[in-house]
Amino acid sequence: MAYDIQTWIKVAAFTGAGLAMGLGAIGAAVGEGYTAAQANAAISRNTKATGEIFKSMLVGQAIAESASIFALVIAMILLFSNFTATSYVTVAAVFAAGLAMGFGAVGSGVGSGFPAGAACTGMARQPAMGGRLTTNMLIGSAVCQTPSIFALVTAFILLFSDFSMRPVSPTWAALLGAGFASGLGAIGSGIGGGVVAQNSCEGIARQPSAVTPVTNIMLLGQAVTQTPAILGLLVSFILIFKSFEPTNSLAPSMALLASGLCIGIGAIGPGIGEGIASSGGVKWVARNEAHVGDITRLMLVGMAVAESTAIYSLVIALVLVFVV
Amino acid sequence: MAIEGTDIVQAAAFLGAGLSMGLGAIGPGIGEGMAAAKACEAIGKNPKEAGLLTRTMLVGQAVSESTGIYSLVIALLLLFVV
Repeated sequence: MAYDIQTWIKVAAFTGAGLAMGLGAIGAAVGEGYTAAQANAAISRNTKATGEIFKSMLVGQAIAESASIFALVIAMILLFSNFTATSYVTVAAVFAAGLAMGFGAVGSGVGSGFPAGAACTGMARQPAMGGRLTTNMLIGSAVCQTPSIFALVTAFILLFSDFSMRPVSPTWAALLGAGFASGLGAIGSGIGGGVVAQNSCEGIARQPSAVTPVTNIMLLGQAVTQTPAILGLLVSFILIFKSFEPTNSLAPSMALLASGLCIGIGAIGPGIGEGIASSGGVKWVARNEAHVGDITRLMLVGMAVAESTAIYSLVIALVLVFVV
Repeated sequence: MAIEGTDIVQAAAFLGAGLSMGLGAIGPGIGEGMAAAKACEAIGKNPKEAGLLTRTMLVGQAVSESTGIYSLVIALLLLFVV
């Protein structure tokens, strides 16, 4: 018994929606749980600051929630849109949109929980710095959301572009690869950016006079930590917008799928690692403000080395797309 | 369409190359980050030894990079040699 395209589109949309929301719920829940745990510990340390800490916990959790709200939006679109497709490519595009958003929300959700937790701990330690801590936490958490926004953009492009003129093989693999590239690629940078912001909040609470250099170095570190996610986005755009020769064999399709997987998975480690490197930098800028230059320089060198494996992944991904 | 054996082998080589480099990049990335974080801490504690600490960090990172290079080599072998 044969099924028509509409059936397959529905299958892809529903499984995509399930994956988008299921995977997308992981990150925010872990992050918010971490925030709540830190807030509880902070309140037990300094019960007088309960009101401030509670407020800060809720604000931080609300930001961490946004990544999974993106996933909810994509899941709703997948559930309730009427996809009128004439080509099987749309089946892959719809499923890839769900994958991209589901994986893409994990990192930002986990990451945004870290600065919020550290801000709560910091308020118990230094109630007078509440305002600056909240500001720093908001900036840090907002930057953490960027990888999930990259994934959201990719998901929207996959959902609302018309791919029906493209040859089914190998475009289906390119679109799935694009979903993996920007979805998986967002995990590392989201978590890494969160670790940086966490340590900057901790540093400000410990050494309030160093707030300006700490916030600046945090932004620098977070910006560099985003690069693996940007590499993932780059490869996913190449896979989406490049037109491929039609083919009947399996190998060219698998090369495109592998390209997306390669940069997607390959961006996870460098993203987390650069976040850890930069967190050491901001932590010690707060403790030893006089040597901010030396520490920043070493931090950037260390991050550049940690980036190298992401670059190798990019090279292999580009070779898979353009050479083989 | 009929898929031939060589086609499947080629497809597996491509997938293997992507997975080799992708998974192989995770460990060195995180490990080198940890090395850099501790090096920043060390400079914060003892800024006078910045040169020595930078050198030590780079040597340590170069060693932990090696598994990433192995992955790269295997990926290139899968793509171009096998």
